[in-house]
Amino acid sequence: MNTLLQGELVRLVAANAEKDAELLARWSRDSEYARQLDSDPARPQSVKHAKEDIQKWMENESPDNFGFMIRTLADDRLIGFIGLDGIRWTHGDTFVGIGIGDPEYRGNGYGTDAMRVILHFAFTELNLHRVSLDVFEYNPRAIRSYEKAGFVVEGRQRQALNRDGRRWDVIYMGILREDWERQQGR
Amino acid sequence: MNTQLFEGELIRLTQPDPDRDAEIESKWTHDVEYMRLLSADPVRPLSPTLIKKKHEEAEKEKAAHRYYFAIRTRADDRLVGFVRLDHIEWNNGASQVTLGIGDPNDRGHGYGAEALKLILHYAFAELNLHRVTADTPAYNERALRFLERAGFVVEVRRRQAVHRVGRRWDVIKLGLLREEYKP
Repeated sequence: MNTLLQGELVRLVAANAEKDAELLARWSRDSEYARQLDSDPARPQSVKHAKEDIQKWMENESPDNFGFMIRTLADDRLIGFIGLDGIRWTHGDTFVGIGIGDPEYRGNGYGTDAMRVILHFAFTELNLHRVSLDVFEYNPRAIRSYEKAGFVVEGRQRQALNRDGRRWDVIYMGILREDWERQQGR
Repeated sequence: MNTQLFEGELIRLTQPDPDRDAEIESKWTHDVEYMRLLSADPVRPLSPTLIKKKHEEAEKEKAAHRYYFAIRTRADDRLVGFVRLDHIEWNNGASQVTLGIGDPNDRGHGYGAEALKLILHYAFAELNLHRVTADTPAYNERALRFLERAGFVVEVRRRQAVHRVGRRWDVIKLGLLREEYKP
């Protein structure tokens, strides 16, 4: 029971706006990271703004959002965030968002591990029916990570992004409870 | 150059007039079938006061990323529905369209088709957007046909994303690109 929010490499913990904002603001200066996170224009975030964001999305008890910081098990280092956002309880559907802000921890399984933890949380604690995400065509590493965690591609919004002078698709992925259970051997 | 952006043959797009329209819109929210066709949100009838409040909040918050129009008949200036473009991402030229004809008796007369034509022209010729997205639960077959007739292409099928009356349905997302748009 105590391992609900713990994986093999990371654990998910509550955000702490006072302590974490400075690091998040530093990550936001990495435009490659910012462009992978969302489709808004990349823009460095002030510490004050980062603090407000954490308070709004993570440091609250909204029943429709569950946001966590990702810390390594090995040395309790803050490396990113993950959260379920806009849960639609009547349909059992939610979107998930993840960012590994610390570049040294990208491509080493930390994000995939965090995703597995939050899927377990979504299906066994929140009892949701599906988890959804969207990801950008120019981020193949993230797509591979999501596939490893069990997501399948459900379609692509053509040319929905315009970056560096060309258009890219937004790829929609989803995992159903039954996909997840099969994968767990349940 | 066609500069009459808001005038169709049967209907026109006008700014919303909540003081005048809220009673009628409130009535629409009591129509369970309409509300389920329109969105995946749980059906909830709204009072005219709440409708007005929602209009005001939406105006304030999202004005720059949202264009909302009332659909009125040209013949007798009667409110028959609404159409809006929202979730506009100016940097990507992307947006989402939503359209509803509130009273079932007003469906099937071409009001919706004309309103869609006007809003797409507005999106591509006035706002200079690159694409328009629409989504609908799979059980709204009429909406799917309606959108496909206007040139939209199915792009995404979010499996079992809607749960209605004991059954799960896909949510279908469609898209129309600027280059595919035929005025």
